[in-house]
Amino acid sequence: MLAKRIIPCLDVRNGMVVKGINFEGIKEVGDPVECAVAYDRQGADEICFLDITATHEGRKTMADVVRRTAKKVFVPLTVGGGVRTVEDYRDILRAGADKVSVNSAAIRDPELIRQVAAKFGSQCVVVAVDAKRRPDGGWGVFINGGRIDTGLDVLEWVCRCEQLGAGEILLTSMDADGTKQGFDLPLTDAVCRAVKIPVIASGGCGKLSDFSEVFEKTGADAALAASLFHYRELTVGQVKDHLQKSGIPVRK
Amino acid sequence: MIAVVDYGAGNLFSVANALEHLAIPYQITQDPGALAASDGILLPGVGAFPDAMEMLQKRQLVEILRKMAKEKPFLGVCLGMQVLFSQGEEFRLTDGLDLLPGRVEKLKAPGLKIPHMGWNRLELARDDCLLTRGLPQDAYVYFVHSYAAVPRQENLVAWAEYGGQVPALVWDGACCYGAQFHPEKSGETGLMILRNFADLCQDAARRKKE
Repeated sequence: MLAKRIIPCLDVRNGMVVKGINFEGIKEVGDPVECAVAYDRQGADEICFLDITATHEGRKTMADVVRRTAKKVFVPLTVGGGVRTVEDYRDILRAGADKVSVNSAAIRDPELIRQVAAKFGSQCVVVAVDAKRRPDGGWGVFINGGRIDTGLDVLEWVCRCEQLGAGEILLTSMDADGTKQGFDLPLTDAVCRAVKIPVIASGGCGKLSDFSEVFEKTGADAALAASLFHYRELTVGQVKDHLQKSGIPVRK
Repeated sequence: MIAVVDYGAGNLFSVANALEHLAIPYQITQDPGALAASDGILLPGVGAFPDAMEMLQKRQLVEILRKMAKEKPFLGVCLGMQVLFSQGEEFRLTDGLDLLPGRVEKLKAPGLKIPHMGWNRLELARDDCLLTRGLPQDAYVYFVHSYAAVPRQENLVAWAEYGGQVPALVWDGACCYGAQFHPEKSGETGLMILRNFADLCQDAARRKKE
């Protein structure tokens, strides 16, 4: 039986891990390679880098970060942020990433999903979806940190991504993100029922029981968190101990 | 020195990174002389069965690899493990290296997601294979695959539960091994398996000298 995965995420800008709230007051707080090694030691099942530079120079720096990390960390690496073309995909994979996540570029050009899946295999194609509840029911797909409504319906969009060849969905609830009130269970459940590919739940976790809850009440395959791990409110090890006690299979 | 076969496989550098980290001497090569001179051979692989066989044929590596796998420790990883078998059914029926009897078929896991992707626990089918030496009881390794080998029971070293027994480690009983999972992405457990393989290569080289 597959273990449920715990994935710490690091926001990287110009080759440094940064932290800030809503892209304001961003501070550089560390070396991404060192942070990734520390997470690996805690038992992270996968490590996610989110490049928030999104410039050409920034992406080159990111490739270097990935290259250095891949020499020290022997669990899968996922890299996202600013990926627009097949060439961007290739550069990041060549640097040593195992998966690349794509968000707004896939919305602008869904064919990108098909192209990269055909070229590099579905297993490395993660589509990141930022979802926000609509007043009239359902969820909409948002981009630019939740500022722009694409007009797409989340459930329709994830099904389309799956058909185009996406290998995994990284689902972030913009409603739950930052609240620390737990993962968005109705959203995660709805997406897990809509697709057959693995779903990573993201946004809203603040305590141990949030992790067991998302695995007990939805079909999520993995849970991703950034600040919680970054500020050492919890370690990956603590989360896994808790999951194991709750009878959820984890890699120890 | 371990020869890591360079034939265009995607995970070549991940495998090399892991060997580097373990301070295991290795050489990335497709040169028959270097393969023959090596203490052991590691065949990486990511992608589709027919493409991998075609790339091996184009580089005229099929015969030499078949010969080497009977002479010195040989480890196929992921698709590199699948091509050790007689035939593969991915896209079309393709001949493999035929070092292990059996076919590679579409993974059957009713009600479960395909690909089988993520961390799964190794269950040992036998305990006399040196590759699994020292592994903890709950050894999890990282899988990503949609096709799986159907080996003979006597070639099965370890499996993972995923809608049935998915072959994880196979062995011809002599010096040819295959890992369906990615040891280079399987944390400490994976590194331990690579270390065990390097020890096998070293032992074999020492015996040859004596």
